[in-house]
Amino acid sequence: MTDTGIGASVRRKEDRRFTTGKGRYTDDIHRPGQAIGYFLRSPHAHANIKGIDTTAAKAAPGVVAVLTGADYAADGFGNPICGWTVTGKNGEGHIAPPHPTIAVDKVRQVGDAVALIVAETLDKAKDAAELVEVDYEELPAVVNIADALASGAPQIHAEAPGNLCFDWDIGDKAATEKAFSAAAHVTTLELVNNRLVPNAMEPRAAIGEYDSGSEEITLYTTSQNPHVARLVISAFVGLAPENKLRVIAPDVGGGFGSKIFIYPDEIAVAWAARKLDRPVKWTAERSESFLTDAHGRDHITKAELATDKDGRILGLRVATLANFGAYLSTFATAVPTYLYATLLSGQYAIPTIYAEVKGGFTNTSPVDAYRGAGRPEATYVVERLMERAARDLGIDPAEFRRRNFIGTDQFPYQTPVILNYDIGDYGASLDKALEMIDYGNFAGRRAASERNGKHRGIGFAAYIEACGIAPSAAVGSLGAGVGLWESAQVRFNPTGSVTVFTGSHSHGQGHETTFAQLICDRLGVPFESIEIVHGDTKEVPFGMGTYGSRSLAVGGTAIAKACTKIVDKGKKIAAHLMEAAVDDIEYKSGVFKVAGTDRQTTMAEVAFAAYVPHNFPEGVEPGLNESAFYDPLNFTFPAGTHIAEVEVDPATGTVDIVDWVAVDDFGNVINPMIVEGQVHGGIAQGIGQALLEGCVYDRETGQLLSGSYMDYAMPRADDLPNFRVGLTNTPCTHNELGVKGCGEAGAIAAPAALMNAITDAIGSEIDMPATQEKVWRAVQSRRMAAE
Amino acid sequence: MKMTGEQMVPAPRQAVWEALNDPAVLKECISGCEEIEKTSDTEMTASVTAKVGPVKARFKGSVVLEDLDPPNGYTIRGEGKGGAAGFGKGAARVALAEVDGGTQMSYDVEASVGGKLAQIGSRLIDGTAQKMADDFFNRFNAIMSARHAGEASAPPPEAASAAAETPEVETVTPTPPPPAPPKPAAAPSAGGLSTGTWLLIGVVVVALLILVFA
Repeated sequence: MTDTGIGASVRRKEDRRFTTGKGRYTDDIHRPGQAIGYFLRSPHAHANIKGIDTTAAKAAPGVVAVLTGADYAADGFGNPICGWTVTGKNGEGHIAPPHPTIAVDKVRQVGDAVALIVAETLDKAKDAAELVEVDYEELPAVVNIADALASGAPQIHAEAPGNLCFDWDIGDKAATEKAFSAAAHVTTLELVNNRLVPNAMEPRAAIGEYDSGSEEITLYTTSQNPHVARLVISAFVGLAPENKLRVIAPDVGGGFGSKIFIYPDEIAVAWAARKLDRPVKWTAERSESFLTDAHGRDHITKAELATDKDGRILGLRVATLANFGAYLSTFATAVPTYLYATLLSGQYAIPTIYAEVKGGFTNTSPVDAYRGAGRPEATYVVERLMERAARDLGIDPAEFRRRNFIGTDQFPYQTPVILNYDIGDYGASLDKALEMIDYGNFAGRRAASERNGKHRGIGFAAYIEACGIAPSAAVGSLGAGVGLWESAQVRFNPTGSVTVFTGSHSHGQGHETTFAQLICDRLGVPFESIEIVHGDTKEVPFGMGTYGSRSLAVGGTAIAKACTKIVDKGKKIAAHLMEAAVDDIEYKSGVFKVAGTDRQTTMAEVAFAAYVPHNFPEGVEPGLNESAFYDPLNFTFPAGTHIAEVEVDPATGTVDIVDWVAVDDFGNVINPMIVEGQVHGGIAQGIGQALLEGCVYDRETGQLLSGSYMDYAMPRADDLPNFRVGLTNTPCTHNELGVKGCGEAGAIAAPAALMNAITDAIGSEIDMPATQEKVWRAVQSRRMAAE
Repeated sequence: MKMTGEQMVPAPRQAVWEALNDPAVLKECISGCEEIEKTSDTEMTASVTAKVGPVKARFKGSVVLEDLDPPNGYTIRGEGKGGAAGFGKGAARVALAEVDGGTQMSYDVEASVGGKLAQIGSRLIDGTAQKMADDFFNRFNAIMSARHAGEASAPPPEAASAAAETPEVETVTPTPPPPAPPKPAAAPSAGGLSTGTWLLIGVVVVALLILVFA
């Protein structure tokens, strides 16, 4: 290991610009002659639009245009799509009602755009927006998914009777029923997975620009996957053919999934720029982000675990209602199905599983992938059930898990719910976590807390996730509309520096550092001489973007494959330069050697020769510039155990997280510091969900009540403990780097671990977020029941 | 949002009635009020600039009166639109009683807000509505006190003449008037505040509560 190669905790090279205000985000970009766009949004959750009068607004000073849904429809362009078709029990694809780019005759959520006002300044656009007269006819609204699927609920889309998108299932129903009828014990839990607002630090933004000479549209936007945006906007929306559409996602300040999706707003901005032949910029205000960013989670679940008399799991049965909001977002339908129910086997050898998921519409913001995307929901169900079952059965929760783990001799392990785990060692992570938290002395710590009037609890989450999304053939057979490979281009410059073009997109992950370490390791190029280029469809040939912890496992592997091609070509050049046979050339760390001799040449010399080919092998093309695509063979399966220890003050309901141990198996690790940072961030988000965050709509009016930081509580540093992080390693078997992905693990494991710890402390099962009031009420009602 | 309250107006009924018929007084008492216009016997419109927490906007609203039950009370229903700031709508049950020292009015409001008002201001609305109602009565009572110092407990002027001056009394009275309340024993329309008077008191307060803050 070198000090900048694989395994080194190299400081992130992008942080200098981020921390000195030199980042270049979409809103930092100003195009010549740019006008400002502002969306007038519906204040009603559900209403018919009986008319829109834009006359006064159009005449207001500084107004360039006031564009409505009717204008958009008249131009004949398409609308946002859902890119994953889920086939239900009835054998039919899900129902995907139209998602108008700008509302035409109906609004279905507070925040639906009803007009785009383009003006010389933001203030002028906002003033003009006040002059737009919209005649709404209010309709009853429904926001809770159980309410929406009940009979008599307000009907949101004519195309979706009963607000049902699909009724889907997975697993063997008959075998599962049989397992339950033979069970010695059945543990049942009803759980709500609370709706979350993503809250990326940088709000969404877009600049559309049209070159009427070349007829090319350029869209600068806050995207995690600019190539997918280009594909959707060209193929489905039709604003410009793919060769005339350039999407640039420059520095992006966090996404957590919310910037994967192709939203109507960015489409409308690109359309307006083309229509007006003038650059148009829109930057969401924080209030708009709360209303219009795709939210996360929002499940209602009933789960049952059947066990035998020895505490072995016989079967698992799960029924979930998933809220999709008013419209299907880009990958919404995959989240509560193939990213959720397929993970319900957890780390356990469960003979049979049956899960049913109903997805439906409500008058709320669309719900889609949010850090973990389905896998946190699955882990939450499985791990809260495991903890409850262990207590019901009187078995130590660590022991109960160990008893049911998939053994190291069982890999590759085929679960009853599609996935095939390639490798893992779940006992190793659990053992290390138990040791780190000093589990043996927990009883003493609990007694000490009780003496101080506090209730102490400990909670586990032995999570698994499927990352490295994904084998294209596999996801295609499950309904995905795209392939999920990744591309890379590695280009030596004549003077020996390297430019890497990757289809992965960095919005906080540190790719510029991690990928450079990989190049450093493979090609022996100094760290400082490596440039990572991403986020521009005109510079990077192709890409599928960053989500699902896929960048290293898929994008990194593509880079590694391009490096192999570089080395292979380099060997031919080196052989020629050293007058040896290609087969005799050995390559290691940037140096080509003739086997068994001391003759050698460096990668830099080979690169120079490739571009100044005065002395060059016959039949070899000049240049040293290789591309590779990588389509993964399987998902990767990061797994581990998190243990949370809490103290609850029964008098106030305050939950104090006194210790947190995370032991993760991410396979091989390129930069341990970045990995630890990802784990910290993930746990913080998971703790946010468990303790603080909850997106609340008024159940009758459909108004968003938690629409600002006054009412939506984000975790702060003083809510969090010092995390203690450990690693185990079973290298992934099917990518050459042996890596699995680390970006979501913390958010997947943390909610279950923390809620199990709180449950252990207070003796009652409560739903997230475990606010002070909720905990206090649970403690007090238990106390009063006991008296 | 739900809100209940009582207010005492320390002035003779006739004086209150006149003041409440004076648009200048109303504009002065409703902070941010730009105009109030009575469009029919049971309808009026108002335009008020108001601020709820960080949301400031000009609200245009309309109200209608329902369930008229002179002189005991009525239901007032209305809606106010604040453009990008959202909307407020709701209803209030208003009841009036003649008491020592003036007129006592109680109100029971149920209202909801939408858009940015709900998104950002929902936690602040109760307090703001209360404050605005208090502000109104403070100003109104100050004007009444200044104009009618010492008259508050004076016997009310002949109410029949006031009632006679308000033709809307007849036109707005709905189908059969309910039985007269046992106390006070005065005749409903002549002995209590005129319909016009409590209509206007109610409109002013509810225009504030519903139209603006809801």
